[in-house]
Amino acid sequence: MKKLTCIVCPKGCLLKVEKLDNEWIVEGASCKKGKEFAISEMTLAKRSLSSTVKTTFKNMPRLPVKTDGEIPRELISPLMEKINGVILDYPVNAGEIILKNVLDTRINIVATTDLGKIFQEKTYA
Amino acid sequence: MSPYDVVVLGAGPAGMAAGLQAYRLGAKVLIIEREDKPGGILKQCIHDGFGLKKFNEKLTGPEYAGRYIKMIEENEVPIIVSTFVTDVSKNENGFKLSLVNSKKGLFEIYAKSLILANGCRERTSKQIFIHGSRPAGVYTAGTAQYLVNILGYLPCKKCVILGSGDIGLIMARRLTLEGAKIEGVYEAKSTPSGLSRNLSQCLDDYNIPIYLSHTITKIIGTDRVEAVEIAKVDKKMKPISGTEMIVECDSVILSVGLIPENEIAESLEIELDIATKGPFVDQNFMTLEDGVFSCGNALHVNDLVDYVSESGEYAGENALNYLEGLNGKKERKLIPINYEKDKFLYVVPQFIDINSDNNKAVFYVRSRDIRNNARIQIIGNSKLIYDKKYSFIKPPEMERIEMDLCDIKDLDAIEVIMK
Repeated sequence: MKKLTCIVCPKGCLLKVEKLDNEWIVEGASCKKGKEFAISEMTLAKRSLSSTVKTTFKNMPRLPVKTDGEIPRELISPLMEKINGVILDYPVNAGEIILKNVLDTRINIVATTDLGKIFQEKTYA
Repeated sequence: MSPYDVVVLGAGPAGMAAGLQAYRLGAKVLIIEREDKPGGILKQCIHDGFGLKKFNEKLTGPEYAGRYIKMIEENEVPIIVSTFVTDVSKNENGFKLSLVNSKKGLFEIYAKSLILANGCRERTSKQIFIHGSRPAGVYTAGTAQYLVNILGYLPCKKCVILGSGDIGLIMARRLTLEGAKIEGVYEAKSTPSGLSRNLSQCLDDYNIPIYLSHTITKIIGTDRVEAVEIAKVDKKMKPISGTEMIVECDSVILSVGLIPENEIAESLEIELDIATKGPFVDQNFMTLEDGVFSCGNALHVNDLVDYVSESGEYAGENALNYLEGLNGKKERKLIPINYEKDKFLYVVPQFIDINSDNNKAVFYVRSRDIRNNARIQIIGNSKLIYDKKYSFIKPPEMERIEMDLCDIKDLDAIEVIMK
């Protein structure tokens, strides 16, 4: 039996998971996602990853990015190398793909904020 | 110039939600932000986990902020950025604010009501009594986060983290991903301060050790941090002599708590709660000064941004209700909310205004200790009005309780208790 802390939501349920007769038994999860998380941790642990990429924009030298899904945990380190190789010299919007199908995972690296846009303030005339 | 109905100080998650809500309900609003864009601290919180309650999605900090920025832009909510409030004073119609920015220089505006949404600040090394020489390499976790995520500088190669707050845990992971080595996270308390999920996904995933009941007793180095002296602490968090050891490192990152930022509240002589370090408020998020509201981390330090936005929305809505009721309104009659000080760190709001038309109250409650199978009960006029069982309650995770006060007539005493 293995004890895990669920990372699906901030509640952080304490999970107990074990394999009985070829079936995963999960205790302590207060939702379905928690149960799925426990099984995935025992088979192929996956994580989402957030980081930044370099840009040539002076007002935003780094653009925050994330994976648009989860990748196997072992791929985090090689993925960081890919992300750190990017230098963006064009404007992008939040959600735009920066790196497509990274490491053949079908997961993309996407921008999480706009780059190259200056916030326009509005006031009463 | 005619006064604004509502002026919101700060365009982080609390201020944006407050300004947006007041504006949607028809108020003449202005949001004032000192940075060059809205978003507040969320801009540098590039990790995910935000918005699960509000948007039912797992968003990163910039994405969560982006949702609100988009709503501000689409609704054309008036906002000025790169503008600093230098002074706030009361006048006959409300408040006079002195502002400064590079376009207009010094100028003044008037407001009928104010919403303080200026967030919180990190405790520094001086506030936790780390004395001695001041070598480079001592950062608060938020500063380290700003350097890495916004500016793109790696501030350390080998560091120790003091305190196990969430930002410290998140920075342990972030710095590791960018190539730094984290020697350990040292926590003086016997239990971690951060959320369990962050202990798991930020420390365990990267084999970063956490040492509970340990603290830094000395920072060694002249120009740059060279090492720290670590010692075990006793139950009273006093270092135990003979347990000292030296850990070599080039940096110390402090994640030792946040304090609501209330310079403006203090300048208006608004009474603060020593438990939350934010203003006392009633169920309408109005401070003890009529017309001044407080929300988000300026009110009390939240663990979820979703609640920060929620309190902003309530403050925005209630600021408008306050203005609408200004003519012929009844004076507030505030009943204090009592709670067991040995069991709770704090309860927000601290008062109920029984003359208010708003009978809905949202209580934010933080336990002092970790407890299993606890009950939180609320007693109004010696009658049980709320009762809920919790399988576990812990200080890092605030509980939110929503209740209707309609049922109790002539409320004159209210108490929150834990069993």
